[in-house]
Amino acid sequence: MSTRVAVALRVRVDPVACEAYGYCAELLPERVTLDEWGYPVVDGTPVGAGLVDVAARAAAECPRRAFLLEEAGRTH
Amino acid sequence: MTTTTLPRVERLLHSGPGGPTDPGLASHVALHGPLAVPVRHDPAWSDVLLAEVAAAGLTGRGGGGFPAAAKWESLRRAGRRPVVVVNAMEGEPASAKDRALLAWSPHLVLDGAELVAALSGARSVVVCVADDRDASARAVRLAAAERSAAGTGREVTVRQPPARYVTGEESALVSWLDSGDARPVLRVDKSVPLRLGRRAVLLHNAETLAQVALIARHGATWFRAAGTDEAPGSTLVTVSGAVRTPGVIEVGLGTPVDDVVRRCGPTGPVSGYLVGGYGGAWLAPEQASTPLAPGSLARVGATLGVGIVVALPTDSCGIAETARIARWMAGESAGQCGPCVFGLPAIADDLELLAAGRADPGAIGRIDERARSIIGRGACRHPDGVARMVRSALTVFASDAAAHAAGRPCAARHAPSVLPFPTPPALAGEAS
Amino acid sequence: MSAVISTSTTEAVWYMIRATGIVALVLLTLTTVLGLLSAARVRTRRWPAFAQVDLHKRATLLALVFLALHVAGAVLDSYVHVGLVSVILPFTSSYRPFWTGLGAMAVDLLAAVAISSALRQRIAPDLWRRLHWLAYGCWPLAMAHALGTGTDAGQMWMDAIAAVCIVAVLGALAWRVAYHRTTAAEAEQLGATTRAVPVRHRPVPTAPGRQAGQAVPRSRRSRPSGHTDTAPSATSTQLLERDPR
Repeated sequence: MSTRVAVALRVRVDPVACEAYGYCAELLPERVTLDEWGYPVVDGTPVGAGLVDVAARAAAECPRRAFLLEEAGRTH
Repeated sequence: MTTTTLPRVERLLHSGPGGPTDPGLASHVALHGPLAVPVRHDPAWSDVLLAEVAAAGLTGRGGGGFPAAAKWESLRRAGRRPVVVVNAMEGEPASAKDRALLAWSPHLVLDGAELVAALSGARSVVVCVADDRDASARAVRLAAAERSAAGTGREVTVRQPPARYVTGEESALVSWLDSGDARPVLRVDKSVPLRLGRRAVLLHNAETLAQVALIARHGATWFRAAGTDEAPGSTLVTVSGAVRTPGVIEVGLGTPVDDVVRRCGPTGPVSGYLVGGYGGAWLAPEQASTPLAPGSLARVGATLGVGIVVALPTDSCGIAETARIARWMAGESAGQCGPCVFGLPAIADDLELLAAGRADPGAIGRIDERARSIIGRGACRHPDGVARMVRSALTVFASDAAAHAAGRPCAARHAPSVLPFPTPPALAGEAS
Repeated sequence: MSAVISTSTTEAVWYMIRATGIVALVLLTLTTVLGLLSAARVRTRRWPAFAQVDLHKRATLLALVFLALHVAGAVLDSYVHVGLVSVILPFTSSYRPFWTGLGAMAVDLLAAVAISSALRQRIAPDLWRRLHWLAYGCWPLAMAHALGTGTDAGQMWMDAIAAVCIVAVLGALAWRVAYHRTTAAEAEQLGATTRAVPVRHRPVPTAPGRQAGQAVPRSRRSRPSGHTDTAPSATSTQLLERDPR
């Protein structure tokens, strides 16, 4: 059995790809709200174990692949 | 008019004892001295130059303000030869420094480009000048022709991308060179270099390269003799607005804003200063002694940008000018990201109504709220800059804004704008 | 109904082929309509927008199940000589080669779309989009196949089903084309390349099972400026003097 190292995950939006479908906010309201024009406002707090699955699903559902779940260590 | 007691810093705009000379190669060499640039890659020489520029603490003069030498480190051991791109696009309408530099001393800029090319092993240099600046393009081509006739130097090409605000943004410029699409690219990791085809790109502002050319001749200590410890060296500033002789001057970094304005002959009382550019920030008259340096400006919520200072006369309306800037900047959006595409026109709408004295009581709060909400949500810093400029206006012109919001707009809103706009900003409800 | 039935075929299989075929066609119609309307982004308290896409996927899955049964039945049935190969290679069956061939083409396209969607996260977004366009070919081919091969074509009830399906798809298609024209015009007016039409709303309802948000009627923006309800609209008279420069 290998030791698992905890990696912090964060969600992020690619603003060029985003076309305001809003599925991300519906699936992950804990991290995403929509502004008055329907575009996502993302909370950069790390996604805990309880939310990872939903976050991954939200990332998979985005029709434009604009919603991304990635390691928090990446520079941004 | 009080005469300034500050020493005139004349390095980039150096003209020698006889006054301004022609920008030709011979005069350039006579004035600044010759420059020996190795034709083949010379690691020892490269190390020395890199160390010197790093010690000088030169930061980019194109608005980003990153340490110039930092961009070179990662590329020195790159496999493929990189390309050096000189950014002389000068998309900020209120800036004239790159234009002035290319007219005054194109060879300094090309020297700098040569130096960076030699250091990184690049064989070609691309100089980018906006397509409505034919005079600058001509000056560069002439200078490049002189150099190639003299047998010195690498291949220099001049390209003229479309003259829009965002075309001068790093990634947009490289994207245009690469594929003709002059729109910014989302960059998650800025330490990964931009690419032109498979080649890495070393992109610098024209003034930054001219500074490199001087550091290579005179050294880091000489460079640091101007400016402050925190912000060393000189910088070009474009001064306009309520001054007798608007134009481009050279000052040491850290010079207070009011001293800079004094150099150009202020014509009367001022209601605020626009510093940095249309994506910069307003300063109040009480903040006039703020030094023009990145750190000091950041402390008051402003930025050096491309070295612009516009002194707003008291017979102009700060709210109206801010509305014009916001409207124009909204029209200059690349149109890729929702918060910018929809947010900027919405802010401009509210500002225009506020300027006309027809805004509802919630307008000021709404403008501030929207400005805050678009920060960091675009692929580039365009919305961030406008947000900063607009929010600073609401602070600096707070009493004016309150009067306008109460239905008592000042008559000054009808005064002609002191700000330049390449295309007049389209009014609310019209297509941009 | 055909009067000649081979004694080696059970009627049940024959009926099953037709029944599963019709159900698959209806489900394919449903998923095509949902796909065409996916741009609508309708959302209500009980029905978040992503549910529409979810339904589209599930309907396709169900359609594939019935299609598999339909194809299995056709292959196994000894009266109609449709070999396994003819299912994938169009126009090679000996039973009504042309009309069956259309069905085979529909199967091919649907397979490409379904497989690429299953592997969606692993392939380039552009490739997925281009393959998904093949979906536009699935439904017309399936409908033509049904009308050409179908033993029940000509019957009132079958015609009624076909008519409803055709009207639904054409209607959805017309809406989609009009929608794109409108958003393209609005985007051009804004100078935007982003194709989104923002929906003005209050807080978004959360996914079912979590705390519900407020009910939200969907409303289309009418002006690109994005004013909230309280802001007055700008008048057309000049608000500021133009810069004379």
